[in-house]
Amino acid sequence: MGIATEDRALPGRRTAAPGRAGGPHRAPSSRRTLLRRAGLPYLLLLPAVLLELLVHLVPMLIGILASFKELTQFYIRNWSAAPWRGLENYRVSVDLNAPVGKDLLNSFFVTCVLSVLAVGMCWLIGTAAAIFMQEGFRGRGLLRAIFLTPYALPVYAAVITWAFMFQRDHGMVNHVIVDQLGLTDERPFWLLGDNSFIALAVVAVWKTWPFAFLIVMAALQNIPKELYEAAAIDGAGIRQQIRRITMPALYPINRVLVLVLFLWTFNDFNTPYILFGDSAPAPANLISIHIYQSSFVTWNFGTGSAMSVLLLLFLLVVTAGYLLATLRGRKTADV
Amino acid sequence: MSSAPTAPPRSFLWARGVFLTLLTGFVLVPVYVMVSSSLKPLQDVSGRFSWLPSGLTVSPYFDIWDTVPLARYFVNSLVVAGAATVLSVIVAVFAAYAVSRYRFPGKQVFTVTVLSTQMFPGILFLLPLFLIYVNIGNATGIALYGSRGGLILTYLTFSLPFSIWMLIGYFASIPRALDEAAAVDGCGPVATLFRIVIPAAIPGIVAVAVYAFMTAWGEVLFASIMTNDTTRTLSVGLQGYATQNDVYWNQVMAASLTISVPVVAGFLLLQRYLVAGLTAGAVK
Repeated sequence: MGIATEDRALPGRRTAAPGRAGGPHRAPSSRRTLLRRAGLPYLLLLPAVLLELLVHLVPMLIGILASFKELTQFYIRNWSAAPWRGLENYRVSVDLNAPVGKDLLNSFFVTCVLSVLAVGMCWLIGTAAAIFMQEGFRGRGLLRAIFLTPYALPVYAAVITWAFMFQRDHGMVNHVIVDQLGLTDERPFWLLGDNSFIALAVVAVWKTWPFAFLIVMAALQNIPKELYEAAAIDGAGIRQQIRRITMPALYPINRVLVLVLFLWTFNDFNTPYILFGDSAPAPANLISIHIYQSSFVTWNFGTGSAMSVLLLLFLLVVTAGYLLATLRGRKTADV
Repeated sequence: MSSAPTAPPRSFLWARGVFLTLLTGFVLVPVYVMVSSSLKPLQDVSGRFSWLPSGLTVSPYFDIWDTVPLARYFVNSLVVAGAATVLSVIVAVFAAYAVSRYRFPGKQVFTVTVLSTQMFPGILFLLPLFLIYVNIGNATGIALYGSRGGLILTYLTFSLPFSIWMLIGYFASIPRALDEAAAVDGCGPVATLFRIVIPAAIPGIVAVAVYAFMTAWGEVLFASIMTNDTTRTLSVGLQGYATQNDVYWNQVMAASLTISVPVVAGFLLLQRYLVAGLTAGAVK
């Protein structure tokens, strides 16, 4: 993708560089300009590197350190004085015979199911909509704007509206199901109990599918129209065109898109937090909410950090495995 | 566009019509609920839901400013998101220029590390970052915790990985012949960046700016820990309507709509750039 394109272009740059640096009108190029030239890329990167260190990398290292400490509210003011606990935090986190470990396993399971479900739906809806709107028709521009609205809405505004719609007594969802369609007599709870998983999934899909739509729509514009025309002349129907031209051309972008959607859904904190508040019901207890509760509500940051590190390890393994698997899949497809 | 050699079959047109209609409904129902509820009197939203309001009122739009200090939150969000966007774009442009135009040791490490930060669960570095900000404040007197400055730093870094990644792709699509022509004319690397590369990459830069602004405008987790009463941003401040004993749903909806309008309008106006930027950059 971006990186690959840039690597391919590099040789061109290399042949150009000596001509520039050693050109006749730059003959007295002293050692200082050379040094400046070599240092320039690092100078350009410096702000980004400093920010990444301050906000992402150093905090992550501190988080990893904290996962080996007994970091309760007594030590939070001076956390370097907190005693080391070794692997005790990890042992507690994964001890399936104790409530902490059981809860973590449950929320891990919930998060996995939700992520797979939501990513699948988002990808399916987004791709279908983008393909259906590949060819021009009246009102396409307006429809595109409508479809992008959920993604453009600030998360808080979007999710609080859904929370209002899912209210048991005066929400819109129960009004339709019970009052208008008469499907059940009892007004179901949506933000409590088993239904909360459905509510969370609906909101996650509603909010995220436009991103898949946006990316696939952009990728479709890179497919040359001549391909479709040639296929049509050869007698390929629309289904075959989608299967033989569109899908293979989308493969590289789908590969990244699915991964990004998965990581976002898996780590999402905002949606469940706004929908359920501090305490999410067990069937919708996503792992980020669970860790937040374990750290900030019970004031046990050591265990919370250990859980975060486990989560990060899991995501690393999944990402690496996914990238390797899809890379191999692609190579065999090419052969 | 419509000059395809064969017209799509009728079944395709039907499927398209049904699918797009259902999807439009799914997308628009919450938007309709938000807009209509924000115009309802309080008794309408405290009882059974109704599709049509019993009477229209704009009073929720006046009341929202008194129930919580919404104007202050608005200014905070504007300052934080605006500054984070401008700074993020500048930092990302420099970094992406270095990666796309130079060959240097550590380049691969940089791009891989930056991209992999996208994988971090926010919850993992929330507390450490909070501790770092508090300690920097104690050591140097620069107040990052509880200040807008700290939030700006945080948000600008959040949008960096995607911005850098997208701009690398976009810059790579700008022909190097342009750079070389500029070099022949005596432009140094920095002048080339400002006179050639940036003007040619405006769609990509706008796309990145839109992304950075939206990221900062909607973030909840870090804002809820890192702000205090005076620096609170909208996404946290709006919870003020819901934590009262009675939830004024019409005001919640009016406030949600008010904070959404600037972002949605901006996003829809600039979406062409976003698609163009993605087409030339990230998805290539």
